[in-house]
Amino acid sequence: MRVNFTVNGRPQEADDVWEGESLLYVLRERLGLPGSKNACEQGECGSCTVRLDGVPVCSCLVAAGQVEGREVVTVEGLADYAKQRAEHGGACGTGACGSSGTSLQDAQGWSAKGSDSQTGEGTELSPIQQAFIDAGAVQCGFCTPGLLVAADEMLERNPSPSDEDIREALSGNLCRCTGYEKILDAVRLAAARQERQGIQEGAV
Amino acid sequence: MSRNTRVAAAPAGTPTKVTQGSRTKGGIGESTLRPDGTLKVTGEFAYSSDMWHEDMLWGQILRSTVAHAEIVSIDTSEALAQAGVYAVLTYDDLPTEVKNYGLEIQDTPVLAHGRVRHHGEPVALVAADHPETARRAAAKIKVEYKELPVVTDEASATAPGAPLLHPGRDDHHAGHVPHPNIVHRQPIVRGNADEAAKKADVIVSGEYVFGMQDQAFLGPESGLAVPAEDGGVDLYVATQWLHSDLRQIAPVLGLPEEKVRMTLSGVGGAFGGREDLSMQIHACLLALRTGKPVKIVYNRFESFFGHVHRHPAKLWYEHGATKDGRITHMKCRIVLDGGAYASASPAVVGNASSLAVGPYVIDDVDIEAIALYTNNPPCGAMRGFGAVQACFAYEAQMDKLAKKLGMDPVEFRQLNAMEQGTLMPTGQPVDSPAPVAELLRRVKARPLPPERQWESTEGADVRALPGGLSNTTHGEGVVRGVGYAVGIKNVGFSEGFDDYSTAKVRMEVINGEAVATVHTAMAEVGQGGITVHAQIARTELGVTQVTINPADTQVGSAGSTSASRQTYVTGGAVKNSCELVREKVLEIGRRKLGTYHPAWATAELLLEGGKVVTDGGEVLADLVDVLEDEAVEIEAEWRHRPTEAFDLRTGQGNGHVQYSFAAHRAVVEVDTELGLVKVIELACAQDVGKALNPLSVVGQIQGGTTQGLGVAVMEEIIVDPKTAKVRNPSFTDYLIPTILDTPTIPVDVLELADDHAPYGLRGIGEAPTLSSTPAVLAAIRNATGLELNKTPVRPEHLTGTL
Repeated sequence: MRVNFTVNGRPQEADDVWEGESLLYVLRERLGLPGSKNACEQGECGSCTVRLDGVPVCSCLVAAGQVEGREVVTVEGLADYAKQRAEHGGACGTGACGSSGTSLQDAQGWSAKGSDSQTGEGTELSPIQQAFIDAGAVQCGFCTPGLLVAADEMLERNPSPSDEDIREALSGNLCRCTGYEKILDAVRLAAARQERQGIQEGAV
Repeated sequence: MSRNTRVAAAPAGTPTKVTQGSRTKGGIGESTLRPDGTLKVTGEFAYSSDMWHEDMLWGQILRSTVAHAEIVSIDTSEALAQAGVYAVLTYDDLPTEVKNYGLEIQDTPVLAHGRVRHHGEPVALVAADHPETARRAAAKIKVEYKELPVVTDEASATAPGAPLLHPGRDDHHAGHVPHPNIVHRQPIVRGNADEAAKKADVIVSGEYVFGMQDQAFLGPESGLAVPAEDGGVDLYVATQWLHSDLRQIAPVLGLPEEKVRMTLSGVGGAFGGREDLSMQIHACLLALRTGKPVKIVYNRFESFFGHVHRHPAKLWYEHGATKDGRITHMKCRIVLDGGAYASASPAVVGNASSLAVGPYVIDDVDIEAIALYTNNPPCGAMRGFGAVQACFAYEAQMDKLAKKLGMDPVEFRQLNAMEQGTLMPTGQPVDSPAPVAELLRRVKARPLPPERQWESTEGADVRALPGGLSNTTHGEGVVRGVGYAVGIKNVGFSEGFDDYSTAKVRMEVINGEAVATVHTAMAEVGQGGITVHAQIARTELGVTQVTINPADTQVGSAGSTSASRQTYVTGGAVKNSCELVREKVLEIGRRKLGTYHPAWATAELLLEGGKVVTDGGEVLADLVDVLEDEAVEIEAEWRHRPTEAFDLRTGQGNGHVQYSFAAHRAVVEVDTELGLVKVIELACAQDVGKALNPLSVVGQIQGGTTQGLGVAVMEEIIVDPKTAKVRNPSFTDYLIPTILDTPTIPVDVLELADDHAPYGLRGIGEAPTLSSTPAVLAAIRNATGLELNKTPVRPEHLTGTL
């Protein structure tokens, strides 16, 4: 079957999709967007978390056909998504904030940078992505994309979360490396930076 | 171009160099950030399961549905007839006489031949153009099994007439084991335990049971094999040791090692579970057979069968002590279940026995450790490697002794704690700092978390209570307990193993700046080794920009990312190669510029901030002017000091390179009515020698601590004792700690240098996994008064319904 949907603000068309394929499979293997991860494919680990019409879901549990006509945000589009949210002064839950993001052409031509990868400078990151790097919340990194999508969504709803709020919001995302302490640090850091940013902008 | 000719372009997801500059000096001791951090947070970092190649096929493995059986027949015809299927392979298709592999003993069949020995053993392979087509085709392979009786524990494995897992063994342990279903046996005898027992005023003993733990790394076993025009194969894979894989893969394929070119793909965690081969040979066989690139990705169900687990163990211990609290003697017997194939069992036995005493001074010991061959799932390496099981038991014994003597459990441990100069039961002196008593003091001195922390103005916050969001209690029936534990872990490969690493370091001027490139075969599995390599290069070569090349087999072996050894050994190799490069650079400088300043000949020279400076700080030259268009490149091996084998009868020998120590204090709250445990805080103190990257060090300690928490109260692979079949191969039924299960983990880092190690560092990855589990157990015992000799602790153990 053919599935038409929007990924990271760009209309996409996936052809020859077998009815049993998950959204995760279509993203990873048909659209060249392997950022969403395949740690369990049982809906238990959260590593494949994406936003479907704004709602965080395990993309491994969503049948590809279910996304027909809907909007998906993956980790690859998180920086753009956060940028547009900031520019539009608040939530843009359904992705109606515009259509930049990764183009299908870019996505299908995906490969991890043919030449040297300059780390750090240059790449524009969302506040939660930057905070994960700064706080040491990334080790093997396999849980990271799902955690970023889930944490970003929580901060959108709840800009000043308590530790228990963070724990509750991220309890569907397994991490085997970090013991979660640095992940908590990262979310606290992103929330604090976001708050400081808000105060500065409010003062102008 | 025919369909079978592969496209010359590299597959998508081919690892690339990462280059990292640094605004600060960025050398050792700083918390520099990961060079792969940006790639990992943007989803661009390519893990082995992300690899993609034009025209690639998907491989699928058919695994045995029973634990022990004769294979009567295999019929692949229906599978092969499916549309989209390119190949179906069985044992009969293996290309050479080498049909087994193994880390130490080559006892593991690439595909089962005539017999399967455990549930989930690979029987046949399929390659198809869609993963679901491959799965469905595999399901159409008809295998007729004739089931055989299973052996599942010591009694059944060594009973008269027990079926032998590997009849006709000729491995180097076969001659000294008391039964062919015992992989290896290591006794350690020192002093006279029976005689010393007579001096004891109190004696305690116990039998302890440690469950089978899974590494549960999140990135599934996966990779891509691409057939090459020279008849060889390019293999992109997630592993812990490329060269060990290569040594096992090439003979099965019938290829010389240089025709099997391996590159490390992104690795989603390892924890020991990637020491053994998984899909490597299978993907290569399918790629060479079909002439097409073949990708294999396990799902989580298959992953539980696709790698070895931590050995479950039964441990019997006896300790005695005098009235004034001195331990008189220790006797123990440790039985590890190695499952159907040897994997790392012999080395796990060596560790369990040599570390069985724990970090204590006990002169008279009688120790025996064995690993069994059974029809249970194969067990091998996991973080802590034999020392974890022992620590669980000896720390329970310490609490029992202290209680019987009426002493404080921490003071009792401190009284008997080893220190620098103490002799191990193997006779090896501990010749670097061993601050066991100090680590205990530090975790004990920390203020306790406030009582009833769940109370808020809006009532109880159930998220902070046992049972959590299940809303099972608002504090009724909840009691608190505090427990302590400390452990000792060896660092590096032991028992005479030639444990070396190789580093190639290059220095040259690019765009007007002196830069360094580091190339090793070290498997970066998440631990941050590449971060540290860049730091070492900056410290030794005075550059800011360092490029880390992808790990592959085009450079010499780095050894395994195991045994807490990579910062020590490959870090040591990078340091050594940098020093050799520096000497060469200084030689060039002396040749070109030596006549301009006498200090070139007389002073100790360093490379700092892109310049050659004297040890007094005087700048002699810019590295750009020294090197000009010359590049200096050196590849060199580096070794730590050698170790010795343990005597097979007495266990004596300088078997280990270095020891690592951590202590924990656990604070738990237990809902005694429902048997639910909430760990409130798990504080750790660890000596790391020298923290090369403090942020990463703390991250390792917190991660290791959490894996220990998991096995204390949640994690166990359950194997049916009647059928030897795995009952919970999923994250639905095998639970690892979530962020709600994991408490605050405050970490206290000591830096007491080990003068034998590079920069004085100590391998750190494993020690925190040891003491975490017994500390949690001790806290639950303290809360409930129950004996609790089994891990993981389950609700029924706490409510008395068992």
